[in-house]
Parts: sequence; structure tokens; C-alpha cells
Amino acid sequence: MIDDRPHVLLPNYDVVVAGGGPAGLGAAVAAREAGAERVLVVDREAEAGGILLQCIHSGFGLHHLGEELTGPEYAQRILENALDDGVDVLTNAYLLDIDNDQNLKLLSADHGVAILDTEATVLAMGARERTRAAIRIPGRRPAGIFTAGAAQRLVNLNGVLPGRRVVILGSGDIGLIMARRLTLEGVEVAGVFELMPHANGLSRNIVQCLHDFDIPLHLSTTVVEIHGRDRIDKVTVAPVDAQMKPVLDKAWDVPCDTLLVSVGLIPENELSRELRLRLDPVTSGPIVSSTMETSRDGVFACGNVVHIHDLVDFVSAEAELAGGHAGRFALGARPPHDNVRLQPGKNVAYCVPHTVTTDQPHTVYMRVRKPLEKSMLRLRDAEGDIVHERRLRYVVPAEMVTLKLRPGVLDGFQGDALQVEVVPR
Amino acid sequence: MTNDERTTYAYLCIGCPLGCRLEVDEDSHGDIVEIRGSSCRKGDRYAEQEHTDPRRGVTTTVAIDGGLWPRLPVKTSGEIPKDRVLAACEVLRRVRIEAPVEMGDVIVHDLLGTGCDVVATRDMARMT
Amino acid sequence: MSEPMQDVVVVGAGIVGAAIAHELSRNELAVTLLDREAEAGFGTSKANSGIIHGGHHTDTDTLKGRLEWVGNQLWDPLCDELGFGFARVGELTVALTEADLPALDHLIENAEEKDIGGVEVWSRDRICAAEPQVTRGVIAGVFSPHTAVVNPYEAVFGLVEAAVANNVRLRTLSPVTDLHHDGDTWTVTTPSATFATRFVVNAAGLGAAAIAHMAGVDGFEIRGRKGEEYLLDKRLRHLVRRVIYPCPTPLSKGTLVIPTYDGTIMVGPTAEEVDDPDDVTTTTAGESTAFAGARRLVPSLSERDVIAQFAGTRATIRGDDFLIGPTEAPGFVNVAGIQSPGLTAAPAIARYVADLLRHGGLEMPPKPLLNMIERPVHFASLTTEQQRTLADTDERYRRIVCRCEFVTEGEVGDAIERGATTVDGLKFRTRAGMGRCQGGFCATRCIELLSADLGIEMSEVTKRGPGSWLVLDRPDDEVMIEPEAP
Ligand SMILES: Cc1cc2nc3c(=O)[nH]c(=O)nc-3n(C[C@H](O)[C@H](O)[C@H](O)COP(=O)(O)OP(=O)(O)OC[C@H]3O[C@@H](n4cnc5c(N)ncnc54)[C@H](O)[C@@H]3O)c2cc1C
Ligand SMILES: Cc1cc2nc3c(=O)[nH]c(=O)nc-3n(C[C@H](O)[C@H](O)[C@H](O)COP(=O)(O)OP(=O)(O)OC[C@H]3O[C@@H](n4cnc5c(N)ncnc54)[C@H](O)[C@@H]3O)c2cc1C
Ligand code: SF4
Repeated sequence: MIDDRPHVLLPNYDVVVAGGGPAGLGAAVAAREAGAERVLVVDREAEAGGILLQCIHSGFGLHHLGEELTGPEYAQRILENALDDGVDVLTNAYLLDIDNDQNLKLLSADHGVAILDTEATVLAMGARERTRAAIRIPGRRPAGIFTAGAAQRLVNLNGVLPGRRVVILGSGDIGLIMARRLTLEGVEVAGVFELMPHANGLSRNIVQCLHDFDIPLHLSTTVVEIHGRDRIDKVTVAPVDAQMKPVLDKAWDVPCDTLLVSVGLIPENELSRELRLRLDPVTSGPIVSSTMETSRDGVFACGNVVHIHDLVDFVSAEAELAGGHAGRFALGARPPHDNVRLQPGKNVAYCVPHTVTTDQPHTVYMRVRKPLEKSMLRLRDAEGDIVHERRLRYVVPAEMVTLKLRPGVLDGFQGDALQVEVVPR
Repeated sequence: MTNDERTTYAYLCIGCPLGCRLEVDEDSHGDIVEIRGSSCRKGDRYAEQEHTDPRRGVTTTVAIDGGLWPRLPVKTSGEIPKDRVLAACEVLRRVRIEAPVEMGDVIVHDLLGTGCDVVATRDMARMT
Repeated sequence: MSEPMQDVVVVGAGIVGAAIAHELSRNELAVTLLDREAEAGFGTSKANSGIIHGGHHTDTDTLKGRLEWVGNQLWDPLCDELGFGFARVGELTVALTEADLPALDHLIENAEEKDIGGVEVWSRDRICAAEPQVTRGVIAGVFSPHTAVVNPYEAVFGLVEAAVANNVRLRTLSPVTDLHHDGDTWTVTTPSATFATRFVVNAAGLGAAAIAHMAGVDGFEIRGRKGEEYLLDKRLRHLVRRVIYPCPTPLSKGTLVIPTYDGTIMVGPTAEEVDDPDDVTTTTAGESTAFAGARRLVPSLSERDVIAQFAGTRATIRGDDFLIGPTEAPGFVNVAGIQSPGLTAAPAIARYVADLLRHGGLEMPPKPLLNMIERPVHFASLTTEQQRTLADTDERYRRIVCRCEFVTEGEVGDAIERGATTVDGLKFRTRAGMGRCQGGFCATRCIELLSADLGIEMSEVTKRGPGSWLVLDRPDDEVMIEPEAP
């Protein structure tokens, strides 16, 4: 799926997209469809497709494409789509820098250091994994500690194994998927340990990645020490109390030669920081308007760089929005600014986009802080009066909640801010 | 004969995030007599399928020479019985092919007599 | 394997052994530098605070007190020659209570006694203006312009590389297991080779007592004193601009807040006596101590910003001074007990040891011409024009390996050419894997590149030497199959 056409870099583009994952490729296609002529996607990897290329399991595209694909299949579809649509894709190219006039500095295997000029930029750099040190496990620093995604790359792309007996910290989907993946490759998975009292991954993955292979899942338990001089030889694990503090006298040792850490993703925002974009401290991504525009005019963002998505389908939907608006921006469109701020209220960690208009339809994505069984999503005005409400069946932090706001919904609303809450019914 | 000799099997529903804990009661003939714990029809159907004939689609990789990466991702063309999954992977661990390959190419026919083929899930061009 | 006769064998390629080898390499001598680890500097010298102390924290009546200030002054020419990360950022020792004030006076006295200029008392207002993140509770401080920060591992690599360029033979993975003197010549035994030499310099850090014992020289014992350090996210760059010291108490020197050369903030070190000198574990208790101490100086510091943590062990001996000098064993020179400020003092120690050897009868004709090493490229800090030129001439400089620190494939390849054989060796030379993702992304690339450049399998690449393997080959037999179109 490598695009091996020779690339001629133009000195200026209508839209340049940073990152060639599903977000970037989707945005580029939408920009073309919105009328932008010259659209370029740059990606630092040897091939476009993003993280999907290493996610060889299936579970992608059910909403967006109506069929269930594996990661590589989804990636190849959208890449072919983009190339057919006349998008230029430049791989092995690292976007190093953007200045305030949207001059982009690239380091490209084909072109060396190149400076490009663009009318609009879409940030779609995806996310990186949180690391062990970010959660500060004491002990030694032997070889054999990997993030789950790094191990996924080693196994699925490089074709080597991270070890013989593995402990996985974190029950998010990536950790669960790796538990199965390693088992299928003949590696022993000693157990999955989760700090929270509930699993963070989908029940489908609990069943098909753990139960199917009798891999134990220890909830409310964490790794408290790493042992081993050269290579890990064991970890100490301990249950945690209600305050999440390890109960050390109930600790036990688990022999292993590998620790996979799967404690979440965090938006890749080096460039956003350079650009001094306003960032949301909860998502760690840029603050975006209903057109997915950041705090800087003509700079749009979508996908995991904005907030972490669990379903690629939502990434693709967001990308269409961002790319379409970037394309129109490049052609001179300047839609009116949003007039309503969305503020996370009770049990809502964040909302994306951060602002909306009252006269357009919008899809608002949000994450709840605590699981709730029967719940109600409410929008309240400054006085606390309910402007809109919707019943929800079941919400968990691991799954994004979406709210479709049809234009009529906010008719008659005069304020400039809405509180969004998800509370028990 | 008594209907009382029931055996109960537990399943976790994967139909939606609620993750209902399902229970299937089986009588001494091995027939399902009751399904409990679901909150919707989907759960009941899942419990029945999972109890009588659990199946899984398998995704893994095979060795490939001459491509960008040394591994090629593959999948079974349909779901195979759950208890054949590990055996299937063992077979696939011994497969080595040569680039180029296109998405959808059949790598192994009728894997272990399951009626499912193993197909490539991406293109991999031959590197020069 | 037997090697040709040497003039000097230096045991231990930490900062001290490396500086000694480098100093000796300026002369017509046959010198061998041995270390048990896979690469130089993998002992205490890679795991410390990286401060070139200003010299006024130690008294003049100790050897370390004298060598510290001399060493401080020798770092600039070394940096010019070798091109490691080094910056004279200055320091502030701050008094938080009246009881701290005598300690400040003592610093000023030390500076006067050693004739160190520029050390001055700063008022609260001046401190608050210069270092706004320092606690408002500060009442006064002592400033020194001489304190510097250095990337200590880079300094070791630079010294060793320059020494090797001038004919020093480096042998890593060479633990010295036996020493024997036949009245004339020393025989130094390692598992893979033996070396005959006239002089042996014992710069084995935590292993120095064992080496001395092999030489039949007893009389000192090494005690490990562990220190934990915590590195914070680059986002906090410039939180402080100078190294911030608390006033020392008789019990402890306290934790410092250090703006490292690379722009991260580091908090540490702690000090804990340990029985196992190999104990380099970080602990929850150590973290609390470090941050509690550091927050007294800079209240906004938080454990939540930690991106990496490590510990190193100081090799101390009774009396807490350096032990440097000839011994009753002829030609056997101890350089032991080199605890803090051993990094600072290392270049001075090197000269001191060269003098000792000269007095011990070693002739040292200076070389007429010295080979210079090329300074390592640091792509990220070049101008765009320089980057363009480099990328145009060498396409390895067009690919990024480490995205947190913007390290190119060219720098990684160069580091391998200069002798890196492990992932840690690459990390310490190029910073690949030192950023906030801590190798999550680039460790795999580093393994791939080491494997390709050294011509070994990925499964043979290690983190830091034998035993620290990283990945395994897949065990299976494979059968070739022809794919078919659907
Ligand atoms: C392990 C894992 C398992 C998942 N499983 C599922 C699943 O089963 N089903 C599902 O629907 N979703 C799944 N997801 C989620 C979904 O795949 C992701 O949310 C989606 O891939 C994010 O797309 P993106 O384009 O934002 O980011 P990415 O796919 O990460 O793409 C970002 C791209 O930007 C490039 N880039 C970054 N910075 C630069 C720069 N400075 N210059 C040039 N290029 C740059 C990167 O190389 C990368 O190619 C999974 C995610 C992960 C990580
Ligand atoms: C936490 C901490 C913070 C510090 N901060 C500072 C500071 O800011 N400023 C400062 O000036 N000093 C500081 N120090 C002190 C400084 O790090 C040491 O003084 C210095 O690194 C000692 O260097 P060395 O070469 O003697 O020891 P090492 O670097 O330990 O070198 C000794 C070498 O000998 C090798 N070796 C041992 N036994 C054998 C054997 N049998 N055969 C072959 N080789 C062997 C080892 O592998 C090792 O590489 C600090 C120390 C610590 C622990
Ligand atoms: S039974 Fe219905 S509600 Fe319960 S988990 Fe299954 S699909 Fe969801």
C-alpha cells in the first residue's frame, strides 16, 4: 500500500495535513471534496495509515463503512480513497515546525529540509502512549518494559516477540488486544492488572481476549515494584484501597520477563504547543470550534490529536468535518463564529467541540467520569434551567458519548454558554 | 427423568457496553432450558450462540519475504469454532510467503477443514 | 589472549578513568582502559546530578575540596575540545530561615579562602526577580556564576573517544578478576584477555575496594550512598534558570532543583546508605523526600510531571574524602572514594594522577601532534540552513528516529560509528529515548538500526549489555506457501 509515485513538492498548497492516519487521510479527502485544489498529506512513517497499520485485529469501520474490517484493511481503503481523489501523500516526511504565517518546515527523506506555504493546515498527528514513568512505578530499570503499542509494533510489523512471560498493566483495549495477540503467538500472559475497580476495555475484548484464553484479570490491583538487574525477572503487585493506595502487606510477586504498560494515550501536541494553540487541560488537545478550527485561524485539527477516540469511525466523521472546513477556508470562506460555549458539568470530563452555533446541526463528543446505568444527558443554561435533555442507557468512561444537536434543539436559547451533564435518572 | 438436573453456564455479553452477566441453564440432555441476565434480545441470542457453537474470527500474521515488513497481517474469511483458534494460529506460525501480495489474496485454503480461508488484509509490494 | 606490554592500565571507564586516560593520551604512552560494562560511563557517571559545582561548598582542608575548584576551571577547554553538553548556568543557595544564614556566610568564606571571585550575597528581592519560581519565603541567598551543568555521559564518551583517537585501547565487557605483580610487571586478568603493564590505576568506582584487594592493598572499604533523581517534562523548561541549592544542614545537603543542559528540570539527589552497591532502585520514599525537599525551594514542582527517574550510587569511604595516591604495592595507584563532587573534580583528578605517575617514575614525553575528534552533530540545535545542507549531503539526516528529542537517523548512525553498541549507549549519546515518551516510539527504531549497522539480529541487541536482551526471535519453523489471488 505504499504509494510509490514520485512526489514533486509544490512551494504552496491550499491545505496541508500533518499526519496520514485515518484522521489526516479523511480530512484531506474532505478538503478536496470541498473544492481545494492542492492538498498534501505528510506522514513521518514509511507508509500512510497511522496506528491502524499495526492494529491487525478487526473491529474497525462498522459505523462508518458498514462492515467490520481489520486496521490494515481500513487503512488501505482510506488511503486508496485519498489517492483516487487526487490527494498528494508524502511519507517519510516529518513536520518539524509551523510558524504563525503557516509556513511549514518539513524534513523529508525525498526532499531534505523543505519549507512549504499553505492556506490552511489540519493537525492530525494522532496520539502517543503514556509511559511507565508517567505513572512512576518504583524499582529498577531493567530491559523488558514496553508500552503495549510498542510491543504491538514489534510483534505485528517487526515480527519479533517482546518476551516469554508477560505481565500487562492496564485493562484498556490496547492491553487486552495485546494479551490475545501474544497468546496467539505462543507467549504466556501471566495476567492483566488494573488499578480501577472496573475494566477499561470493551466487554467484547474482555471476553475474546482474556476469557477465551483463561487469562486472569486482577481489578483494583497495580504493579508496585519492578525487579531485575539486566532484564525484568518479576514484578510485585498489590491490591489498592478505596483511595487507590496500594496495600503493601497484601502484595505478591509475579515472575515474568516482560511488563507491558497500557495506561492510555495522550494527544501528540508538540506542534500545537509550538503554535501556542489554546489547549484543553483535560484532553491535552487543542480547543476547537464546531468547524474543528483551533484558536489560530486556518489551523484545524481532528482525530486523536484533539481527544482520544476509541472508535476509528468517529475519527473519520470528525476528519470529514475538519477537512471540509479547512478546504473551504483555503478558498476564502469565513463562517460566522460560534456563539455558544459548551462547559463540562456534572460527570462530564470534557466536550468536543468546545463551542457550537445555535443555527447548525452538530455532533458533540464527550466522556463521562463515572459509569452510570440509567442516565440523563442534560444541557443547562446559566440559570441552571434545562434547555435540552436526552435519556442514555448506559455510560462508561471508556466509551465516548455522542450527542446529536439538531438545529431546532437550541431554538430560543439566548445565552452564550451551556453546561453539559450526565446524571442518574 | 427430572428436569431438575440443570447445569448453569455463565457468559459476559459483548453486545453493548452494559456487559450483562448472562446465565444459561442446560438440562441433562444438553438442551438450553433458560437464559437469564440479559437486558435485551440481543443478549439472549448471543448467549445461545456462545453456549452452543462459539465461533471467532482469527487475525494474526504470517512471515513474508521481500516486503516492507517481515510480517503480513491475515485473517480468516469467516468465523471458526473457538476451540480451533489456537490450532489455527499454530498452523499460521509456520507459514512463510513471498511478496508481492494483495489484500484479499488467499494464503491458506480451508484452514484445518473449517471451510474458512486465510486471506491477506493488506497489500505488500515487493521491495526493490 | 595476551596483549602487548602497557605502560598504564586504567581500571574503570567512568568519568574519572576516562579523564585519566584522556590526560595520559596526550603523551607517548601505551595505555589501556578497562571496564566491566558494555560501554564506558555505565557506572555512577551516567546517573548523577550533572553539576559542575562552584567550589565554594567544600572546605580547603580536604582533597576533594581542593580538587573541586581546580576541576571546575578545567571544564571549558574540555567542552571546546570534545563538544559535549555543558553550560555555566550559575547557582543560588537560598536561605529560608534565620538559622540558615550562617551557612551562607560559610560559603562566602570558602570562596574567599579559595580565591573564587564573583560569589556574592543576593537579597530576597533580587532572588525573586531573577528566579520568580523560587519560594517567596526566601530571605537571602548566595549566587555563584561558576556552577555549570553538564551531560556527564556525553563527557565520558567524548573523553574516551578522544583518548582512543590518540591510541588508548578501550576494552569494555572486561571485568578485572585478578591482579598480580611479579616484582617488575603487573598482570591484569580479565575473562577475555590478560594485560602486562608497569602501572595500574584503580578508578573502579564502587568496585575500587575489590580491585585494591586483588592488588594486595587493603585498608579501605567502599560504602554505597544511593541518590535518586527525578526528571520532569520539558514543558517546565526555564522554571528555574540557575541550579537552586538549599542551605546544607549538618545532616544533609538536601535536594536541588537543577535546570539540566537539555532543558529539563531535575529534582534530586537523595542520599541513602545502602548495603548493596548495586542497588539503584527508585523508591516511593525517595520520591517523597526528593519532592518534599525541592518544593521547599520551588513550591510549584509536582511529581505528576515526572518523565523519568533513576538512581546512582556514590562510592564513599570512611572520612568522606577522596583517596588518591600510590600504595604499598609498587605501581598501583588508588583513585578511590570518588563520591560527589567527583564529576566536577575529574579533570583535576586526571592531572593529579598523571603527576603521581610521573613522580612514580613514568616518563611521559608529550605527543607532538594530537588527533582531534569531530564534535557530534546535534541536528535539532542547528539553524535551518545548516540542517538543509546536512540533509542534502547525507540522507540519513532526513529521517527522524526520536520524535520527542528530534534525533535523526544520521545522529544515531554516527553514534554507532563512534562506538555505541547498546540502546542505552545510543540514548546517552544522542538523547533518542530520553524525552517524554521515554523510548516508547524510538526504542524499536534504535533496535532496528543497531541490528542493521552492527550486522546482528534484533534479538541480539541489548539495552545495556549481556543479559539485558530486548526482543526474541520467533521460534517457529516456516514452510513456504504461494499466495493465490481470490
Ligand atoms: C492499539 C490501538 C487499538 C485500537 N483498536 C481500535 C478498534 O478495534 N476499533 C476502532 O474503531 N478503533 C480502534 N483504535 C482507535 C483508532 O484506531 C484511533 O483512534 C485512530 O487510528 C486515530 O487516528 P488518527 O489519524 O487520529 O491517529 P493515528 O492513526 O495515530 O495517525 C497519526 C499519524 O500522524 C503521523 N504524525 C504524527 N506527527 C507527525 C509529524 N510531526 N509529521 C508527520 N507525521 C506525523 C503519525 O506517524 C501517524 O501516522 C485503536 C487504537 C489503538 C492505538
Ligand atoms: C545521585 C548522585 C548525584 C551526583 N551528583 C554529582 C554532581 O552533581 N556533581 C559532581 O561533581 N558529582 C556528583 N556525583 C558524584 C559523581 O557522579 C561521581 O563522583 C563520579 O561519577 C565518579 O566517577 P568514577 O569514574 O569514579 O565512577 P564510575 O562512573 O562508577 O566508574 C567506575 C567504573 O569502574 C568500572 N568497574 C568497577 N569494577 C570493575 C572491575 N572489576 N573491572 C573493570 N571495571 C570495573 C565500572 O563499571 C564503572 O564504569 C553524584 C553521584 C550520585 C550518585
Ligand atoms: S444483553 Fe443487551 S443490554 Fe445487556 S450487554 Fe447484551 S446487548 Fe447490552
